[in-house]
Amino acid sequence: MADYKLRRSLLYVPGNMPSMLQNIPLFQCDAVQIDLEDAVPLSEKDAARILVRRFLDNYKNRNKEILVRINGLDTKWALDDLKTVLPAIPDGIRLPKADSPEIVEHLDTMLTEYEEELGLQVGFFKILPSIETAEGVLNAPKTAKASTRLIGLAFGAEDYTATMEINRTKTGEELFNARMNVLWGAKAAGIQAIDSIFADVNDMESLRKETELIKKLGFTGKCMINPRQIDIIHDVFAPKQEEVDYALEVIEAIKRAREMGTGVISLKGKMIDRPVVVRAARVLNTARAHGMVDVVINEEDINGTE
Amino acid sequence: MQILKKGQAGTMQSSDLMVTVEPADGLSIEIESTVKKQFEHLIRARLEETLAKHGVSSGKISISDRGALDYAIEARLEAALQRAGGV
Repeated sequence: MADYKLRRSLLYVPGNMPSMLQNIPLFQCDAVQIDLEDAVPLSEKDAARILVRRFLDNYKNRNKEILVRINGLDTKWALDDLKTVLPAIPDGIRLPKADSPEIVEHLDTMLTEYEEELGLQVGFFKILPSIETAEGVLNAPKTAKASTRLIGLAFGAEDYTATMEINRTKTGEELFNARMNVLWGAKAAGIQAIDSIFADVNDMESLRKETELIKKLGFTGKCMINPRQIDIIHDVFAPKQEEVDYALEVIEAIKRAREMGTGVISLKGKMIDRPVVVRAARVLNTARAHGMVDVVINEEDINGTE
Repeated sequence: MQILKKGQAGTMQSSDLMVTVEPADGLSIEIESTVKKQFEHLIRARLEETLAKHGVSSGKISISDRGALDYAIEARLEAALQRAGGV
């Protein structure tokens, strides 16, 4: 848990626009997803992948995680995307239309071949699958366990609502069940859960509300289409100082309890036992990733010793 | 490789360039750029280097540059060459 990687904000960058690509080092997001899929017109698929390759070849001192969204494995472009881009060593692949575990397994096998060819450790390239169709949502729990390369499951609400033949609303009631299935799949597999983009870049208030909602549900990060959305997302995901202070008190309290030979203790009138400690540990690990605290919470702090 | 037919790649957006390659006897490079005065020699050097890498010794290469960086110059030329005959 100590090496938990922050992925609060994942920014899409169109793969065929030099003016956006070359700003990647400056964006303050945790990860970028360079897009060869929907942001690139059919006539420019070949040119975009070459541009992305040369950009990454030249971007040596990387200061954020780099994922490339390739075209779906069912298209004629996916293989050329991988062949052209992987030698520039991105951190991983954002896989669109990950409707079944078999699709992820297929990519996993191809990545292994490239790793052997490039002399990289097997498992180097990560996968972030997009759960963005009705079928994908139904299969999400199985897809989440399809490969050890998965860093998370990413929910794609735009395509999902299209396959459901419904409209996407700003309040998102229509997404609840799908989001929960993605979340359960991710949590059961022990990987991160990344929420969809919010399309209206001028409506910061609704962006904040949606981000607060998905954080409450259990998502660990959110995709974005505009760097202006980064600050709000980071602000919502940052642990609040009072949460951190309380979590530190909880850890102290449970230590005192164990010294007294019990696993439960009262802190300011509230019962503290193992589930509360687990939640406090998660807050502190997130706070540590944000540079707010130095403490490292280990298994012994959570469970005590025999 | 050989330039077998006309090939074009790139856009006229800022930080990008449009590259056109055509079959010709001998090699010629024509550069139009918003930063031609300061950078023509560097742009030319990058184009020549990329052509040499792909073994292109003849063709008419013309570019219209909007302040592209080296990686974009290389990438757009490679895309145009690929479209002109297969790298």
